[in-house]
Amino acid sequence: MAEAQNIPAGSTTAGSIAVAAESTVATRMSAPPSFDVADFPVPHGREEEWRFTPLERLRGLHDGTAVASGEGVKVDIEAPEGVTVETVGRDDERLGKAGKPVDRVAAQAYSSFEKASVVTVAKDAVLTEPIRIAVHGRGGTAFGHQVIELGAFAEAVVVIDHTGDAVLAANVDYVLGDGAKLTVVSVQDWDEKAVHVAQHNALVGRDASFKSVVVTFGGDVVRIHPRVAYAAPGGEAELFGLYFTDAGQHQEHRLLVDHNTPHCKSNVAYKGALQGEGAHAVWIGDVLIQAAAEGTDTYELNRNLVLTDGARVDSVPNLEIETGEIAGAGHASATGRFDDEQLFYLMARGIPETEARRLVVRGFFAELVQQIGLPDVQERLIAKIEAELEASV
Amino acid sequence: MATLEIHDLHVSVEAENGPREILKGVDLTIKQGETHAVMGPNGSGKSTLAYSLAGHPKYTVTGGTVTLDGEDVLEMSVDERARAGVFLAMQYPVEVPGVSVSNFLRTSATAVRGEAPKLRTWVKEVKEAMAELQMDPSFAERNVNEGFSGGEKKRHEILQLELLKPKIAILDETDSGLDVDALRIVSEGVNRVRGTGEVGTLLITHYTRILRYIKPDFVHVFANGRIAESGGAELADQLENEGYDKYVKGGASA
Repeated sequence: MAEAQNIPAGSTTAGSIAVAAESTVATRMSAPPSFDVADFPVPHGREEEWRFTPLERLRGLHDGTAVASGEGVKVDIEAPEGVTVETVGRDDERLGKAGKPVDRVAAQAYSSFEKASVVTVAKDAVLTEPIRIAVHGRGGTAFGHQVIELGAFAEAVVVIDHTGDAVLAANVDYVLGDGAKLTVVSVQDWDEKAVHVAQHNALVGRDASFKSVVVTFGGDVVRIHPRVAYAAPGGEAELFGLYFTDAGQHQEHRLLVDHNTPHCKSNVAYKGALQGEGAHAVWIGDVLIQAAAEGTDTYELNRNLVLTDGARVDSVPNLEIETGEIAGAGHASATGRFDDEQLFYLMARGIPETEARRLVVRGFFAELVQQIGLPDVQERLIAKIEAELEASV
Repeated sequence: MATLEIHDLHVSVEAENGPREILKGVDLTIKQGETHAVMGPNGSGKSTLAYSLAGHPKYTVTGGTVTLDGEDVLEMSVDERARAGVFLAMQYPVEVPGVSVSNFLRTSATAVRGEAPKLRTWVKEVKEAMAELQMDPSFAERNVNEGFSGGEKKRHEILQLELLKPKIAILDETDSGLDVDALRIVSEGVNRVRGTGEVGTLLITHYTRILRYIKPDFVHVFANGRIAESGGAELADQLENEGYDKYVKGGASA
């Protein structure tokens, strides 16, 4: 089901569906997951999980030389009634329940943070207002940890905004109780020099629904690693992503959906537009259907629209299936250049070039934006996409 | 009265071994209210003429002039030509994913008319034009040309023709791939526009079939990159009976 079309020079699209006794998703990592940074060797760039990342631009997050600097990053949490917000120490037992760090930077973050934020939505609480988390960089280096936990049948929307300038490594845990519904929008709208490496771990309870929307616009290097596992059958996960990679930016999204439990669903859709010299987007989509996960239904998709020369895309979907007793599994990846014939068609109807480009790019993202289901976030994203396009013409 | 004048037009495309000349001196004048059929065998350069007039970047004009009411069309960008009143109904309309027909039509009408059409009258206008072309209203919510059948694509082109009301309409093999019903519906659309007397039509076709529905004032035989013969509607009948053989041979020996 993999497809690739109209791939420009300097991009790769690879895909595989493997039926394996042993998980390569797990074994191709350099080290098993661990909370301790000492369990991971310092990467050199040839490792599978680091081969696309410009290590020299990570400002020392990967080799232990990055040191937290005071008030490097300010976190403000605005929560409606029914939500408990706590700042806790390293020994709080609620930390790290959704998953272990899987690479050296995530482990470094886990080994180095001092205080964590724990946001708890009580059982049965249905929030009518979103929880807003503002992460604002003040030019320093920071290691963070956040936990968002929903009790059984609780419903919440969380919007996390990353702005300013920072070097930040963080882990974020999402723990969903039975029947809970959580939508998280993480916006990376950093200033141009920021470096942000984060691992998101979601643990989805019985019949719970998790929706993640990852939006990356800014930063020098942004590498986000959203991961989903299921605590019990009946869970659903939707992972949506949208990125707009400009000249010189490295934006990397690495996803893992671990179908470790029967009768769970997942749907992954990431779309990105690239423009400018040295713009580099990386998308890794790993879906693992373990032997026990009968009745799994999963689909993952990545689309890239290359607007100018000089940009590069690496898109690697990987679907690994250990049982034949599934409802559905598929993946698709395609990278295309901005189509001159589309441009000609629109212009031949009197539409000026800049407006024609805008129509096509807006159209490219439209379907995905509509799936977010949060009108104010959708409007903001469309406005942001327009602004990115303005900057390009 | 709007007049498109093509004089000694030479056009080349980039080929493997350098530029290849396709149009070799085309002369043609189209006035508002007139319908000119350009007929010719495959590879004679008919479509190149259509796309060159619309300004497709693949074609390089190496000589000659094209003017619309004295204005230099060749100096205009693709969108400027459209706004000046040149419309090309394409043989292979392009899919534009994520852009709905209704959004596209309104954006286009806004650009060509110079102001956004009033919403209420616009909705009515589109609805009526679609009904006449027997297009289902749900069409407006589909993405431009995405998953359209051949007949749907051509109706969509004619819908644009009706809404944009150009001075000069170039129809590039609008009849190809249509069954008899679709051909009739599309032709009726073209005739409605012609009936206003305000459009000059350049009807490019390989077959005489469409000329049963759309009566040309002039018929031009296109061969080897130029007009080989011009006449009235009777020339089409002659082509129907004799085919293009004499022009192709003539072109080869020229």
